[in-house]
Amino acid sequence: MSNTEYFSETHNQAREMARRFVARHILPHIDDWEEQGEFPRELYHQAGEAGLLGIGYPEKFGGSGEGDLFLKIAVSEELLRSTSGGLVAGLGSLDIALPPIVQWARPEVRDRVVPDVLAGRKIAALAVTEPDGGSDVARLKTRAVRDGDHYRVSGSKTFITSGIRADYYTVAVRTGDEGHGGISLLLIEKGTPGFSVGRKLNKMGWWASDTAELFFDDCRVPAENLIGQENAGFIAIMANFLRERLMLSVMAYMTAELALEASLEYTRSRKAFGRTVAGFQVTRHKLVDMATDVDLAREYTYRCAALMQARKNPIRQVAMAKNFATEACERVTREAVQLHGGMGYMRESVVERLYRDARILAIGGGTTEIMKELIAKQMGL
Amino acid sequence: MKVLVAVKRVIDYNVKVRVKPDNTGVDLANVKMAMNPFCEIAVEEAVRLKEKGVATEIVVVSIGPKAAQEQIRTALALGADRGIHIETDEEVQSLQAAKLLKAVVDKEEPKLVILGKQSIDTDNNQTGQMLAALAGMPQGTFASEVVVDGDKVNVTREVDGGLVTVQLNLPAVVTTDLRLNEPRYASLPNIMKAKKKPLDTQSPADLGVDLTPRLTTLKVEAPQTRKAGIKVGSVEELVDKLKNEAKVI
Repeated sequence: MSNTEYFSETHNQAREMARRFVARHILPHIDDWEEQGEFPRELYHQAGEAGLLGIGYPEKFGGSGEGDLFLKIAVSEELLRSTSGGLVAGLGSLDIALPPIVQWARPEVRDRVVPDVLAGRKIAALAVTEPDGGSDVARLKTRAVRDGDHYRVSGSKTFITSGIRADYYTVAVRTGDEGHGGISLLLIEKGTPGFSVGRKLNKMGWWASDTAELFFDDCRVPAENLIGQENAGFIAIMANFLRERLMLSVMAYMTAELALEASLEYTRSRKAFGRTVAGFQVTRHKLVDMATDVDLAREYTYRCAALMQARKNPIRQVAMAKNFATEACERVTREAVQLHGGMGYMRESVVERLYRDARILAIGGGTTEIMKELIAKQMGL
Repeated sequence: MKVLVAVKRVIDYNVKVRVKPDNTGVDLANVKMAMNPFCEIAVEEAVRLKEKGVATEIVVVSIGPKAAQEQIRTALALGADRGIHIETDEEVQSLQAAKLLKAVVDKEEPKLVILGKQSIDTDNNQTGQMLAALAGMPQGTFASEVVVDGDKVNVTREVDGGLVTVQLNLPAVVTTDLRLNEPRYASLPNIMKAKKKPLDTQSPADLGVDLTPRLTTLKVEAPQTRKAGIKVGSVEELVDKLKNEAKVI
């Protein structure tokens, strides 16, 4: 095969459209939204109207490009050019919350929930992590006990992206015995008696996203809100993770890419000792290392996406991509701040934000260490 | 009412162009291409006319290499109904473009033809006017407002010192200025739908037009880099320099 391109003309058109969306609706305001710790809810609506939220979902729910992973990547890359990982994570929280609902929820629940979320009228969030544990999904404690045609849910969740504003939560609960065989997914709606949302958590990065704790105190959830079979939730959660990790790799190399671009521009114009900063060999080599990191992370992530597109299950490769891309991102954003000097430490420079936003990528969606355990297992170690 | 819109594939306006080392033209290798911004405004105006119920069909035409189909698809995603691609890898100068468009106009018989006032690659600002002349149609150039009124169209034009409104009998040619509208971006579902809209490819020979250039480009050079300015100490010095060095007063 001589084709080395992953992106088609349609992908490029979608990219161009997303770029315009970002230029028109996001870039003029993003610095304010980052400082305010929130972007307007209206943006979900605007993104929904433009079709940006529905990528990869079936047309009957208002989606488009179902099964086209590179369309998703093309558009995500452009959205990340907003320079705010937090905004992209907040706007995109549906992508970790909705897939189990689309695939496994009861048709009447699915048909009521999915179109509103894809249109940006409602917000969806995924809730797996608990105050007592995150990575160890199999040991989660939030309990749901069947009581007639309801479940009674007790427990709490934390670090939930879009947790403050969401209308629908895809919540991992324990319905059975200990271990991964006793976990189910439940759709819990805002306003359900016994369900409350805690304070907005202040974070190191991702400022523009709202992150929350959730509390369930004998919360009564209709049994029809069960997503899939009872006690079969673990597999659904794991299947969901593959995509989330791929998208985190995309976030990582794009965050690095933006830091590299900003550094190239800054070092070419900034003068020191009678020449541009880029004129020093030490700077050039640094920029080359950064560019190498970005390219390798990007190309390997594309390869993983191609495998997923071909309906393989590249657990090992995606875990490797996530680890490599997130570490590359930390290296690149660190050097970007360094190359900017004092200016890199100022909030008015974009690399300051990118450096802070880089850190979460090696934690969310499974930490680097969990990825390594996953890879080791796949290698038969 | 049928509306014909012409769009051109040009270097993206964000790209800093470079002159080829042999001074024969601008380097197009690996350069991002896009629809000419004035053509986007033309497409947007046609789509708005359709949304108002004035236009019933929008046909978009582009002249250029195979890749120009991308720009036609973009226009289709924005709301045009079908596309005509006149495929050629030759250089197409304003007069030849106007002749090709005239042939399309003869065939399609649109009530209104909307073009950008110029394309940002060569900035000639000729094709619309030449087309109007060749087709014997009235022209309203540099439009900042277009209002169709029965079998007439009122075109408000931006001219030095203000605005002029002209009334033209349809069919007519209108060329767009920057302030006519703010073009939308296509929604993703519309980008997908555009793939299924009809796109007809023709050659200049099919339309009986000879593309032989009437103008010869001798040399293309980058503009001189601007020299650094100076600071003057007093008004007297400024006046002296304006008078004796710059010789503008």
